[in-house]
Order: sequence, then structure tokens, then C-alpha cells
Amino acid sequence: MQQLSEKAEEVLESLWILTVEGDQVGCLLTDLQLEADAEQLKDLLQRAYVEIRDNRILLRPEGEAEARMAVRRHRLAERLTMDILGIEGEEGNEQACIFEHLLRQGVDTKLCTLLNHPSTCPHGNPIPPGDCCTEARRSGSPGIVPLTELKAGESGGIAYLAASDDKKMQKLMSMGVLPGSDILLMQKFPSYIFKVGHSQFAVDESLARQIHIRR
Amino acid sequence: MTDMSDSVSPLPKVILVGHPNVGKSVLFNALTGAYATVSNYPGTSVEVSSGNCVIGEQRYEILDTPGMYSMMPITEEERVGRQILLHEDPHVVVHVIDARNIERMLPMTLQLVEAGLPIVLVVNILDEAERLGMKLDLEQLQQRLGVPVVGAVMKRKIGLEELFAAIKDYRVCPHKVFVYRNDLEQDITAVVRLLNGEYRLSKRALGMLLIQGDEDIKQLVEQQEDSDQHNELVEVLREIRFRRRADLHLQIGMERRHIGKQMLDGVVTQTQAAQETFGEKLSGWMMNPYTGVPLLLLVVYLGLFQFVGVFGAGTLVDFLEGFLFEEYINPPVIAFAQNYLTAEWLFELIVGEYGVWTLGVRYAVALVLPIVGSFFLVFSVLEDSGYLPRLAMMLDRIFKKIGLSGRAVIPMVLGFGCDTMATLVTRTLETTRERVISTLLLALAIPCSAQLGVILGLLSSAPPALAVWTIFLLGAFLLVGVLADRLLPGEKPVFYMEIPPLRRPQLYNVAVKTLTRMKSYFFEIFPLFILASVILWAGKMTNTLDVVIAGLSPVVRAIGLPTEATTAFVFGFFRRDFGAAGLYDLQMAGVLSVTQLTVAAVTLTLFVPCVAQFLVMFKERGFRIAVAIFVFVTAFAFGSGWLLNRMLVATGLLQ
Repeated sequence: MQQLSEKAEEVLESLWILTVEGDQVGCLLTDLQLEADAEQLKDLLQRAYVEIRDNRILLRPEGEAEARMAVRRHRLAERLTMDILGIEGEEGNEQACIFEHLLRQGVDTKLCTLLNHPSTCPHGNPIPPGDCCTEARRSGSPGIVPLTELKAGESGGIAYLAASDDKKMQKLMSMGVLPGSDILLMQKFPSYIFKVGHSQFAVDESLARQIHIRR
Repeated sequence: MTDMSDSVSPLPKVILVGHPNVGKSVLFNALTGAYATVSNYPGTSVEVSSGNCVIGEQRYEILDTPGMYSMMPITEEERVGRQILLHEDPHVVVHVIDARNIERMLPMTLQLVEAGLPIVLVVNILDEAERLGMKLDLEQLQQRLGVPVVGAVMKRKIGLEELFAAIKDYRVCPHKVFVYRNDLEQDITAVVRLLNGEYRLSKRALGMLLIQGDEDIKQLVEQQEDSDQHNELVEVLREIRFRRRADLHLQIGMERRHIGKQMLDGVVTQTQAAQETFGEKLSGWMMNPYTGVPLLLLVVYLGLFQFVGVFGAGTLVDFLEGFLFEEYINPPVIAFAQNYLTAEWLFELIVGEYGVWTLGVRYAVALVLPIVGSFFLVFSVLEDSGYLPRLAMMLDRIFKKIGLSGRAVIPMVLGFGCDTMATLVTRTLETTRERVISTLLLALAIPCSAQLGVILGLLSSAPPALAVWTIFLLGAFLLVGVLADRLLPGEKPVFYMEIPPLRRPQLYNVAVKTLTRMKSYFFEIFPLFILASVILWAGKMTNTLDVVIAGLSPVVRAIGLPTEATTAFVFGFFRRDFGAAGLYDLQMAGVLSVTQLTVAAVTLTLFVPCVAQFLVMFKERGFRIAVAIFVFVTAFAFGSGWLLNRMLVATGLLQ
């Protein structure tokens, strides 16, 4: 079967977010700024991924898997642009929208593995797990995650620091945060509090994200 | 301390260095008997304190530096400390570390030894380390480091004698060289080869700092080396820094920790740690938003409202002003003046409306000092207990919205005591942007305790007025903060802060600290009070005051206030609380309605900082920024007053 068009994927994503993650029953065509005979809908209707009832567009069970994977690709793309490429804000969102459509035919799996199967996007929304994530969980590989992914009370070893500039790196080192040390995350909100050695430190999210932990 | 001006040769210097919050200032006090501010939060020693100390027959000058995390400074205060190491020629440098965190702090000892400085290592806070189940073999550490090591509990003066001995008998001997990984050693050699000038620090240490891109050292080297040599050096450094671009700092950090760990192998033994103490539980409650916010409100209610407001501004002021001055001190002074000061100008100068005695001394001693004093007491208790870093951590997210990090909570809280002192403390913030924003907010929306005391007293008779005042000020604080964050260029701040263990405040420490703050407040402020009353007196005698008041009164009338209130605003510039106290007199005379009182209180709180604060702003932030803040704050204050007056009149809210 031919690939869905980019526009059609975006419709699926919006539907997923509103109806599966949110609690709406379908959504108004006007909310998605679509006409009933829009080009991107034809393909979706033909594959029976969605149906239209009185101006409302509904996600059918047949379309759920595709929609979930589209959301997954979008949020993985956000991780890539914002965390790895360091493109932030509006620009980051735009770039992510372009990248997500390139993440097909196993590229998403490779990216997901490279990013170590992240569970949330930079905005804190869940990334639907793919087969690779389930497999990684099953095999129990320790995995390396940013400190922000740990639960309060969880501890681990510092694997590496991904500080983007020298100043941040110096700050982390001045707190004794160095690869090889053990770290205990004590609290996540309103700031991150962790313990290294016998000292406690409070840092904001931008610093906590730089510390990568082997669980 | 005796006067040392007769000595010709300068005294040998002993410099104290170390991380924040390891007990440097306690040691300084133990050595000198003087009092430098000691506290339980990182970054109190803003300026370098110095004092003298006699050991054996010899007198030494002791310098206490701001806390620093490594030889390579991040903040301005760290630079101050490093500058001293770069330029002074010390007899001994005492490196103070916290025994509990010896593994984290030892790398800095290595750097200091590497720099060829005459180091004595003081391993402090041994008692708390023992409680955590740590045992330290300092004898062995001394052998490995090659410099004297002294174990200490400085709070109880344990280890002081040994430190005296180590300072007295210090013999400079060639230091041990700690060898790094081969590739790093090659780079260091390549740089050191090109350093031929005369330097205080070892070339090896300078080489390391140059490789790490230290700007101060770059400049220093540029001055010392001839230009051909320097050009070659720049080229070599560029090449090294590019080759190591990925992990330069990290690698050096790892290397130092590796050496430190080897050195501590067998020195530190960890046994069973003690159970979670009550302090740790309380610490958890303070940092959890669900329990932390109620605790914060409790602290504000008990500390600020009950102690400073009710006790300080109420009971104490009533006693000093209403009882002591009115009944016992003023009558004889006035009688004396009536008998002996027959010239009208002299009578006015001393006991007249704006007299040095009646206005200056009475306000300073009876009205302001008790309020500020009780605030400083509360602040000292909070500071010593270690509550402030926990508050900083709780408020970081909100402060980010106004362009500041949680670190700025400390000067902001201090501002409720004295904005002038707080403006000085903004120096501990990392970026210029944060310093400018916090200076602006302190000047605009944080009332100092003296002003707060008087205003609370004024408005407490009308609770809705108090609510309007609170909401309006909070709104102004957030609005201007958010706007400043949007408009000022520069990077967003990053928040990181050490959370020291909670400690029970020591009575002696709190008392001395409060008294020191009161003393410096009094010495700084008292002359200004006198000066202000002299200026006002001169203004009255020459009628200039009337001219100024006449000039300002249209503005005051425009915001709906009676002409008499103008005097309060003119006063307000000399002392913030002067202005508020002026309102107090007006209210007593019954010339202000509740609406007018509220408008006046809001405008006056927002209105320009006092002379002292303006001078500090000028000194710390420079002419341009100080004037810009001054103009903005004045315009904003009267603009808000006008708006608030319109709103209150239109809605009839406080009728």
C-alpha cells in the first residue's frame, strides 16, 4: 500500500491527541480546519481509518495503530530536534514537523534506540512505545536516561553529561556530578533535588536534563 | 585589634579559601575575634573580610575570601577570591573543606597545591562526618598530599591550636606534582614551554587554566609575554582546545577526581550511616510544595507579621517612642533647647519640625531601629537554619518567569529588611541581566522593613486597603518582572544551589550576626537621617522646601492626594520610611480618606528608593542603569498612583 500523505498523517495525529489522549468523542471538522471533501481525508476514508458523521470526524479502530505510530514519530522527532540538535522553541517545533515524516521504514526504531527509548516528549507528553521499546524493557537492558526521567527516590550511576556549554559543564562538575558517581534523585518538583556523596543540590530542569543516568 | 599603622613592612598574609558553607567565616572569627558574617547559605562573604591575628610572636593579616568551587571562577564572587590568589603573596593559604564532602572538595586542594601555593588543608566539620559513619586517616592524607593537614571542628574551636602551629612553622618546600594522563601532560608541557614571564602561580597551573580558556589568565599572560611568544602560545592553545572540544572540562574534572580518589583510598572508611534524623524529615517537608507552602506561610506569619510587625513595630516602637522618648527624653531636651537655644534657626535645627533631634534621632532610634533590628534577627535565624536555599528551590519556577533564578530569592528576602543591603547582595547573582532585574525590582516593589512596619501600621485599621495594597504591589512586582524578562536581552538564568543540612541556629551566632547587621545599618543610616533633617531644615529656613513642594504638588494632586502629602514624598527620597512616617502624621491629623491613604501608600512604596539605595545602585550597576531605573520607578509609581486612584474612585471600592 502506498504511504499516507503528510497531511493525512497530521490529521491522524490530531485525532489521536484529542480522542485517545483527550476525552473527546471525535472532533469537529472545523476544529481541524478541514472540509468534508478535503484531499487528505479521502485516503483516510478509503482505508477506513476514520469515518465522518455529522461534521464530526471519528478515529476508527482500524486507524488507531497508524495514528499511534504517527504521534510516536512526531514526538521522537521533537526529542531529536530539541535535545540532540538543540533547536528550541517554535523553530524546534517546525523542524520536528519536517523530521517526523522522514522517520519511516525502521528509521524511527533506529532513532528511538539511539535516544534510548524515551518515554516522554520534551513537552512531557507520553511517547507511545514501539516494538523496540517493549523489547528493550523485556530484555531488561539498563538503559541510560536523563535525570528528568527518573522517579523520585530512584538512584543510579552517572553515565555521561551532555552539557551544551562550558559554563553548565563547570557547574555540574562543581557539584561533584561526574560520570562514575552515584546519584540519588530525591525530588522532582518544583525543582530537581539530588544527592551526590553527602551533599544535596537543587537544580532546574535545564541542568537536570544534561545529566544522564544508568539505571 | 590594635592599630598597626606603625609597622613598616606589611604583615605576612594568611588567606582562607574553600567551597561555600564549609566554615571559612567561622574559622576567620576564631582567628581574628572579629565578626565576618557567617551563615548557612552559599555566598554570604560578598566582600573580602580582613582582620589581624597574633600567633606566637608574629602578627598576621587574615583574609577571608568568598566561597569558590574551583580555581576556575564561574561567578563574580569566585573571581574576587581567585583574584586574591593571583596577586597576593601569602605566607600561607588555608584551604578549608567539609570532611563529609572530602571526595568532592579534594580536587580543589590538588589545584591549589599544583599552583605552588603554600597550602594548609583544614578538614572541618569532622563531628558531622563521624555521625555519618565516616572515619578519616588524616596522617596518611598528609603524607600523600605533601602539605600539612589539620582535622577540625571549628565551631567548637577543635583543631585551632594545630592550625596555629601549622601556620607558624610553615616551611615552603617543593610541592608534589600530580601526574595526569599522558596526552594531557603533553598538552600542558607544550603550553608551559611557552610561558617565560614572572607569575605568582606555577606555570603548570596557569597552563591548565589557559587550556580551559580562562579569560583573566589569558589577559595576564598577554601582558607578561613578548608578542612573538604570545602569538605562538595563542596558536598552540587554539589547536589544543579544538582537538579537545568535545570533553575538555569533563576530562580534566575526571582526571582530578581520579587522582583524588587514589589519594583517599584507605584514608576514608565508611561504616554504617546513621538513620534519617528529624532535620532530614523537616528538610523534606520544607521542599515539598504541599507542606512547604504552608510552612512558608507559617514562617511569614510568625516571623514577619507577629515578630517584626506586632512585636517590633508595635511593642518595641511604643516603648521606645511613646514611652522612653515622649516621657523621659524629649521633655528635658526641649526644655534645654528653650532655655539655651535662643536663636530661632538653632532652635529649629535641633528640636524644630525637621530638627536633628526631633526628626533625625527620634526616627532613627525609636522608629526604625527596632523594626529593622527585629527583622535582622528573624533573617539571621532563617539564614543560620539553612531555610533560605530551600525557599530558593521552591520559588525557582516562579522566579524564572521574571527573568531570575531561585538564587535571587535571597537578596529579595533581605530586601524586606533593607533594600540597600539587598542591592549589594545582588552581586552574588551570576549574570548582569539577573543583577539588573533584581536591582530594579528591589527599587520598585520591595518595601524595606522600616517602611513595611509603618505602612502595615497605617493600613491595618482598614483591612480592605491593606488587601488592595498587597495585591497591587504583588501585581506590579510580577508585571515589571515579566516585562523585564521579555525586554532585556541575554540568556535565561540557570539555577543550581547547594542545599546544606538544616542546623539548629546557634544563639551566639544569631545574636552576633543580628548585632553586626544592625551596627552596619545604623552607621550607614544614622548619618543620612541627620543629613536629611539638616537638608530639610535648611530647605525650610530658606523656603526652598516650599518651592520643591510647590513644584511636586501638582503631581501629588493629580493622583488625588491633598497638597500636604507632598512633604511625605519629598521625605521619601531621603529615607523610604521617612515618607511612610510622614503619612502616619497626616493620618493622625485626619486629612486622608481611606482611598487617599491607599493610593499614597502604594505610590510611596513604589516610589524611588532612598538616597542610600540609590547610591549603592549607582556604585554597583553604573550611572546609566541607576538613572534609568530611577526615572522608570518614579514614572511607574506616580502612573500607578494615578491609575489606582481612578480605579478606586470609579468603583467606590474603599468608600
